[in-house]
Amino acid sequence: MHSPAPANRPIALVVRGLSKRFDRPAVDALDLTIYGGEFYALVGPNGAGKTTTLRMVAGLLRPDAGSITIAGIDALSRPVDAKQITAWLSDEPMIYDKLTPFEYLEFVAGLWRIDAAAAEVRARELIGWLGLEPHAHERCEGFSRGMRQKVALAGALVHDPKLIILDEPLTGLDAGSARLVKNVLLERVRAGGTVIMTTHILEVAERMADRIGVIASGRLIAEGTLAELHRKTGKTVISLEDTFLTLVAEPVAHPAAAE
Amino acid sequence: MSRPDTLAWFAGHEFRLGWRDWVALMTAGRRSRARTVAVALILFAAFMHVFAYWIVARYADADLASDTATLVGITGTLVLSWSLLLSQAMESVTRAFYARSDLDLILSSPVSARKVFAVRMGRIAGAAVMIAVLLAAPFINVLAFEGGMHWFGAYAVILAMGATATAIAVALTVALFRTIGAKRTRFVAQIVAAVIGAAFVIGLQIGAIQYYGTLSRFALLESDTMVALAPGIDSIVWWPARAMLGDGLALAATISVGLLALATSIAAFSPRFADHAIAASGVSVGVTRQVRWSQRFRKLSPRRALRAKEFTLLRRDPWLLSQSLMQMLYLLPPALMLWHSFGEGSGPLVLMVPILVMASGQLSGGLAWLAISGEDAPDLVATAPVAAGEIIRAKVEAVMTCIAVVFVPFVLAIALTSMICAVVAAAGIVIAAASATQIQLWFRAQARRSQFRRRHTASRIATFAEAFSSITWAATAALAAAGSSVAVVTGLAGLGILAGTRLLRPPGR
Repeated sequence: MHSPAPANRPIALVVRGLSKRFDRPAVDALDLTIYGGEFYALVGPNGAGKTTTLRMVAGLLRPDAGSITIAGIDALSRPVDAKQITAWLSDEPMIYDKLTPFEYLEFVAGLWRIDAAAAEVRARELIGWLGLEPHAHERCEGFSRGMRQKVALAGALVHDPKLIILDEPLTGLDAGSARLVKNVLLERVRAGGTVIMTTHILEVAERMADRIGVIASGRLIAEGTLAELHRKTGKTVISLEDTFLTLVAEPVAHPAAAE
Repeated sequence: MSRPDTLAWFAGHEFRLGWRDWVALMTAGRRSRARTVAVALILFAAFMHVFAYWIVARYADADLASDTATLVGITGTLVLSWSLLLSQAMESVTRAFYARSDLDLILSSPVSARKVFAVRMGRIAGAAVMIAVLLAAPFINVLAFEGGMHWFGAYAVILAMGATATAIAVALTVALFRTIGAKRTRFVAQIVAAVIGAAFVIGLQIGAIQYYGTLSRFALLESDTMVALAPGIDSIVWWPARAMLGDGLALAATISVGLLALATSIAAFSPRFADHAIAASGVSVGVTRQVRWSQRFRKLSPRRALRAKEFTLLRRDPWLLSQSLMQMLYLLPPALMLWHSFGEGSGPLVLMVPILVMASGQLSGGLAWLAISGEDAPDLVATAPVAAGEIIRAKVEAVMTCIAVVFVPFVLAIALTSMICAVVAAAGIVIAAASATQIQLWFRAQARRSQFRRRHTASRIATFAEAFSSITWAATAALAAAGSSVAVVTGLAGLGILAGTRLLRPPGR
């Protein structure tokens, strides 16, 4: 991984001047550009605005200001078109306890208007990849967290999205499940899909991401490949953790940080 | 402060949790509302006392114990109330076994599970008594004020009723646990609780329909036949009724029996509490294989997918079904009456129309909450490429389809006797359902389906608006079916309630 983003790549996501305020600014005039076929990791301390940013991109929150363009589609004025090529997966897998994984995927395929036959082939593939075959026709109510996250991931992929937005997808997963999820995501990127993911596990960002964005107090304070981030700190550091701690420790020159 | 691991210490802990739970229930979790809620409760209590005065003040001085007919009436009312207490206690006991909350902490600690269960049984009895006392207090206070202090004995009778109801609820639930296992008990106990709660009143109504052609539950209790079949005036069957009327000996006996039953139940069943709770905890990790007629994906549009999902979730959730069953059970007497009065003209049907309309409003409110607010995967639905209006339409269609499935047979049966009544009933059912659904749309909030029981706490306005709307449309339908022009007035009142509710809806809805 860690290939620099060539200028001739199609642009998957453009965010300009994105702002959201709750009782204080959560996201503050954020700019972001992510290229097609790129794995982008968004890291930052707790409360930095990572999840708020991704929820706005996924259409779950209305921004106070700014624009979001997904594969050339204005996501704020044409949300349905933007959602058609997007998938969202949060850290808390939200699935229906009384449906089976097979039925859940059928439901998702219906929501995304996917041809039933094609969706079924894709669903069976995903169920196989994610090791859910023995449980495909069991209700999800007895599933472990890892299994639920796999079902939710299958739901996010069944409609073959161009842009996959993930908020801490590896939280609470065992090593085997985490490896499986990571492999599925890397496979998607290899196939031309784009992944943007928040994570607290810096090692994951370090190993998987083409580029890493560091966000603090609602603003992007640094962005680039791992090597570029290392250079930005001006120190001879060896891990992303050191780089991250150095970057977020520096004061951010904007009013929100001053609060 | 009492020493930890004693009954008193656990009781203090449970009381604190119970009190905070109740305050949260009343204030919907917002402490700033506490003063408003307190004022509202005082005003409500004052109103209830005035209402009670209007209803019972005339009986305060009557020599009520002198005849069997009076004892039959009071005993019937007590049994009716007791069956509701038993139903509520049974549901609470089931929840005490299955709700995990703090049980993992308690059961993994070195404290005695027997003591915990003993206190929790006491709390269940206390909660049952408290609700009954709150409902009955205005009537008892008015009777005592007008007729003398002996009426206060009624409070003790309620205490005894709550204690026996809890004792029997525990025995029944544990018996279910031991006979059909932990997995089935949760479902069966809830159904049994719903049936018990409705059975006595429905039984009285069915008897009244069969013998007297009326839906009034008191027709049977007040009948000469019932008085003739009743035991003699000295029978112990009448002790609770006599206790209500101030007979000291009967009062002492009634309280003793109640408390003894509760103490026996606690002593007999609390030692096995931990075993049952652990067995119940295993239920949630059980596997349910789902066999479907087709293992192929169906061609689904977003709206059809959403509707199908709602139907499937409702069908597969026994707890929600049991909650709805309670309302469906009350449709049994009208169904029987319909069958009984077939060919006798439209007179008896007029009585049925408001019951159907009321049931439609209540059922729609619950279903609409489940479909609109009780969405377990809100992010999935919100990120789907479907317009928000289309999602709402699909969910409303799901609610209306359920309502149609339940009520169309009734309307068709009414149409065989009176087309006018059928048209009025159909219109009333649709309007009541649409009103309740609209109110849920205005006051929708993100929640999980498992919070269905607490849906009323999210918005008091929505709860009262839904109830008043259903009542008003039921009254309108009854008046219209009877050919009264006053229906126009109540219909306008119904519209007024909706308009007022719309004004009070949260911003942006």
